[in-house]
Order: sequence, then structure tokens, then C-alpha cells
Amino acid sequence: MTHAGAHTPARGVGKAPAAAAAPSTGSAAPRPAPRRTRTWRLLTPWLFLLAPLALLITFTYAPIVNMVAYSFTDWDGVSPELHYTGAENYAEIFTREDLFQVFWVSGYYLAASVIQIVAALYFATVLSFSIRFRNFFKGVLFFPSLVNGVAIGFVFLYFFQDGGTLDTVLGLFGHHTDRAWLGTPASANVSLAGVSIWRYLGMNFVLFLGAIQSIPGELYEAAELDGASRWHQFRYVILPGIKPVLTLTVILSVSGSLSAFEIPYIMTGGATGTETFVIQTVKLAFQFNKTGLASAAAVVLLLIILLVTWVQRRLVPDDRVDLV
Amino acid sequence: MNRRTVHVLATTAAAALLLPGCTGTGASTKGADANAPDDPAKVSGSITVLTVRTDLVQDGTMKKYAAEFNKTYPKVKVEFQALTNYEAEIKIRMNTDDYGDVLLIPAVIKKNDYPKFFASLGTAAERSKKYRFTDFTTVGGKVYGQSPVGVMPGFVYNKRIWKEAGVTAWPTTPAEFLTGLKAIKTKTDAVPYYTNFAAQWPLTSWTYVDGAVHCDPQATTKLAEGDPWAQGSDLRVGDTLLYDIVKQGLAEKDPTTSNWEESKPRTAKGEIATQWLGTWAIIQFQDAAKKAGVNPDDIGFMPFPAQTDGAYCATVGPDYNQAVNVHSKHKEAARAWIDWFTDKSGYDKDNLAISPLKDAAMPKVLKPYEEAHVKLIELDDSAGAKVKLIDDQSEVGIFKPEYRQDLVDLARGAKKGSLDDFLTGLGKKWTETQANVGDR
Repeated sequence: MTHAGAHTPARGVGKAPAAAAAPSTGSAAPRPAPRRTRTWRLLTPWLFLLAPLALLITFTYAPIVNMVAYSFTDWDGVSPELHYTGAENYAEIFTREDLFQVFWVSGYYLAASVIQIVAALYFATVLSFSIRFRNFFKGVLFFPSLVNGVAIGFVFLYFFQDGGTLDTVLGLFGHHTDRAWLGTPASANVSLAGVSIWRYLGMNFVLFLGAIQSIPGELYEAAELDGASRWHQFRYVILPGIKPVLTLTVILSVSGSLSAFEIPYIMTGGATGTETFVIQTVKLAFQFNKTGLASAAAVVLLLIILLVTWVQRRLVPDDRVDLV
Repeated sequence: MNRRTVHVLATTAAAALLLPGCTGTGASTKGADANAPDDPAKVSGSITVLTVRTDLVQDGTMKKYAAEFNKTYPKVKVEFQALTNYEAEIKIRMNTDDYGDVLLIPAVIKKNDYPKFFASLGTAAERSKKYRFTDFTTVGGKVYGQSPVGVMPGFVYNKRIWKEAGVTAWPTTPAEFLTGLKAIKTKTDAVPYYTNFAAQWPLTSWTYVDGAVHCDPQATTKLAEGDPWAQGSDLRVGDTLLYDIVKQGLAEKDPTTSNWEESKPRTAKGEIATQWLGTWAIIQFQDAAKKAGVNPDDIGFMPFPAQTDGAYCATVGPDYNQAVNVHSKHKEAARAWIDWFTDKSGYDKDNLAISPLKDAAMPKVLKPYEEAHVKLIELDDSAGAKVKLIDDQSEVGIFKPEYRQDLVDLARGAKKGSLDDFLTGLGKKWTETQANVGDR
């Protein structure tokens, strides 16, 4: 907008003397200029959007459209031949119960995200008041979000190894365990969910911290003058103040739990009952070469997440925050 | 919105939709043969060779091979691309025309599709006179790939440890093998058997017991036609042995955090006694021994503990087959590379592997095999494509790690159920799919 605004008047000024010099065209000449200005004004924002839109369409919407198209075929991912099979893939997904059983694993991640939100909220609240080494602790909490997920997977493989970091640390406290942390389905899933708390805590923490710091400082002062304790400040000032962010985090956590992937995939590859829906989809596509079926599974997951989000928005309407 | 804007956006969107939309093209038959050049001095062009040997590309070994190749073919420029995660990366590249000039035939390509992706190297009748493994890549009488090395499955073991445990002769039955492992557990500090559960792929090599147990060259055909887990069948014998090893506590304590790279020096040093892998692994374990400063001659290799008519049997099969991209612009140069690499590079000897040439001698490491008169057989692969199709369709995955991971979990009690039910269930899935797949 600024671009068009800065240039068009200049061009108009430049044209004016020319129009005056030729009286015969004087009445007609000034008209095209404003129309072109209007065209440019309409066009400019789209020109700016051209690059991001092209990227968005190429890398987000086109693949989704393709995926939906593949979900109606029996494509194996590489063969030049593919046959249209109608809704067969979808029928298979909904009739094979073993494909949906893996959603139980998401329960572990859901439970983990409750702990994660509570912990993030606690740390964000505590660190928003002035305490010693505040910035240091902020850094410590956010650090895991900066590390690549693949690296985290490998680091924690050593961590959970027999005689690895976890066993050593527990040994320092005199607790000598002799258990395979990734050995049974329950313990493996709890361990993996623990890793994902560690990994994503920083992200939630930063979101909460930002929201809490946008609450005007006078409110705390006023609350303190009224004799409110820290808990009361949290309950009546902070919590209502960050409600939209909290809702958002819950939605992200639920969809994240349903589509947990990288940590279990790298650490166990889905073995010992740690297979999530996305790992299963990846295996269908890249191990058993059922790209069509896997695409259908991905579409189903997308729909489930959209549905969950919609239900959540209905249950917790996004009302405006009005603190002052 | 201006009309032109709409047009521009629509074109962009359409282009974006079309781009990833094309899913590879069927090639015309024209130029689908990669003929061997008549005059080495005249062949020219720059070719790209795809490989899985990241290590050899990094340490310059592949460059040395190329330099040697250039002595015969001075005008051909060879470049290498090493792919770490070969199967996954190549699958996506196969959707375009650009997948190198020489590549390894990925498992995902259906055998009947070979002519669409690769140029033929000649007829089966003519090639099989000189080379092994031709029927693994033969479609309609034409051969599409050639493996530069032959591999044989077997147990890589630490001779010193087995001797310390008092076992000097190779076990002849699974029961004897288990007794040997038990002796190792009681008499030494070594882990008797290492599953490499976490690395996943080492577990898939258990499928290659097929053929060795009953010395049957038609073992692959049997997989395509019957229940692979029927009583007494090869896979059942192999899987039962793996189950018993884990069940009796003869494997590593926590398989879920096992580590492949670490297992090599540990085996060399005698902390691990045995692993079921293949001849290709011997050199890697010997290198690990050298690096760890222990004797590389401790690394031994033994066949599956089963005898037919008083003799051990071992199957010899191809490693990855090299092929020429059907879209390659320098097919003659690419063909020249495959021929040279197979016949003259010495790659097989450098890797202590079995030569793909029929008249070549066995590698030195297999001397104990010759002394024990181990019968080497080549499996008939004419039903190989059907077996792969059943495997994918049924999602059983005999060439994938999952079911063996489940088997190990079952054996160590992390999964409920009995071995019998488990194997019967697999057999049921397999045979049901068999009926649906038909003769596709």
C-alpha cells in the first residue's frame, strides 16, 4: 500500500503540465491516471502476497489436494500405474480395528500434555515475577525447543539405556534400578511421553510467559494493595488474562498427542507397543508401499483433528478478555 | 479483485498443483537397452553412480575405483552420490527421470516394472553363462541388474569366546546351538547372542534362513505357494530359534536400547559372542577389531545349525543389483561402469565377498565352509516378485523388522501370547492374502 501511495501522486504531478500544454486532449487526459492508481492500489497487496501464497499453495495446499487424490487410489508410491479404487481405502480404515487401536497410545501423550501445561503455567507464573536468575531459568526452560528433534531422540536413547544416564543418576541417589526403561509397553510409553514433555515444555512456557507479561502491571499492584496473595493474583488476574492462549495451547496439545511422531519413531520405531497413528501411517506408506491407504489414513487423522478442534471451540468459546 | 490478478493466481495454483502431480512416466521402448561398448576409448560422457556405501565415498575408496576405471575408459567421468537412507530417498526420486545413471535397484520397484525404470543389460540366456544371480532381475528373458557381490547369511561369532565356552564344533541342530549359547552364558562374561532390536534391519536377516534349513533351492516358491510358518518349515525353525534364544535369556538384557555400531567392536572384543547377519558383515567386524586393537582373526562365520543329509547348507544371493537408468543419456558409459565394477574392480575381494562371476574362487574367509563341505545353493527367484507382493499386501513384513520385533517382545514377555498362536496368526494372514493376490 505504501508503495503505491508514494509513487502515484508523483506521476500525476509530472503529467499535469503535459496535459496543460496540449489543450485539445486536456479534458480526457487526467481521467486514466486515477483509474490506474486505483488498479495499482488493489493489485499491490496481492503482489506482496504472491511469494508467500505461491509457497503456501505449492508446499501446503497442493500436497493436501494430491494426498486426497491418492487416497482414492491403490498407488504404491513409485509405480507409473495407479488405479482408482473409490472409497475402498476409507472402507478398509474404518473396518480394520487394528488401525485404530494405536490411538490408545495417544492417551499417554494426552496425560503428558496435562502435566506439561500445568508445569509450563507454573514456571511461566513464577518467572514472570522478579526473582533471582530469572533470565537464566527462562533460557534453561526454553533450550530443549531449540534442539533438533532427531538429536533429542538419540540423546534419550543413551539416557534410557541399560546402565545409561538415568540409571547412573538414580544410582547417585542410592536407588539402583535394574529395569529396561523402554522394555515394556507401559514403561516405554511413559518414558517417551516424558521425553516429549521435556521437549515441548519450553514452547508452552514461552507462550504463557508472553501472555502473562502482556497483562498490565498496575493490575498486580492494585491486587497487592487489596491484599491478594500470589495464589489469588494467579487465580483472578493471570488465569483470566491468558485464557485465549491457554485454550490455544490445549488445542495444540490435543492435536499434538493424536499425531505424536518423531520422538517415538526415532527412539523405538514403534516397537514394543509404542506405535502411534502417524508411525503406522508412515509404515503403511514407506514399508508396505500402500501409499493410497496411507493417504486415506492421513486424511482421516486430519479430519479427526479438525473435529476435535471444532468440539473444543464449541465447549470453550473464544470470548474477549477484558481485565480492566 | 482485478481480473488479471485472479488469472495470475489461478495459473500459479494450477502450476503448483500439477508439479507434484506427475507420478513418473512410462518410458518408451526405444533405447531401453544399455549395450556394452565395443571400443572403450570411444565411450564418453559424465555418469552419476548412486550408492549406499557412504563410508567408501567419504574415505575416497570409490574415487580410487573411478581412477582405475578411467585407465580403460579415459573419456568417462564418474561421479558418486551416496544416499544414507537409500530406500526412502530413492523412492521419491524414482518419480522423476533423474535418478542417476547407475543405481541400485530399490526393493520398492515391482519386478514387472523393471523395464519401465531400467535399461536392459542383455538376455538371461547369455548373461547366466558368466554371472550368478541373473534370474533375480530377469523380466521377460531380459536382465536388468547385476549385483557386484554375492552375500550369504550366517552367524558372525567370536571364535575365542565360543572356544572358552568349550564349543569347538559348529552346532548341527538348533538345540545344540542353544546349548552352546548357554555354555557361553555360564562360562564367560559375554552376551551369548545380540539381537540388534533397536537398529531393526538386522532382525530382517532372519528371513534369510529360508532355504538353508532344508537345503531347498525352491524355498522362495514355497513361500509364494504355502504357509511359511507351517510345522517344520524353514521360517518356523528360524523364528523358533530366535524366540528360544530370547526366551531363555541368552540375548542382551535390554534389546530396546541395543546399538548396532557399538555391537561391532563389542563382538570383536568378545563382549558379544554371536549375531545372525551375513558374509558382508565380516569385513566390518574385522575392521572394528583392528580399531579396537584386538585380533581380527577371532571373527568367525558359521552356517545355520541344521543339516540335510549330513551336510550344512547355505544360500548365496545377490546384494543390491546395479542397474542403468532407462532415462540415462550415457547408457554405454553406464553399462561400461557396471561391467567393469562387477568383473575387474576387485570390489568383491576388497569386501571379502563372494564373486558374482561363476568361475571365481570362494573368498578366503569361507575356507572353513569348504573344509566342512557346506553345500552352497542359489535360490530360484522366479516367485520372488509374488512373495514381495504378498508380503506388502498382507502387512506381515517378512522383509520388514516389525514382526521379528514382536517375536522378541513376545519371547521376553513384553507382549502377551504364545509363539504358536503368533506364528499361526502370521500364517493365516499370509495364506489369506495369497488367495487374493492370485497371479498378479
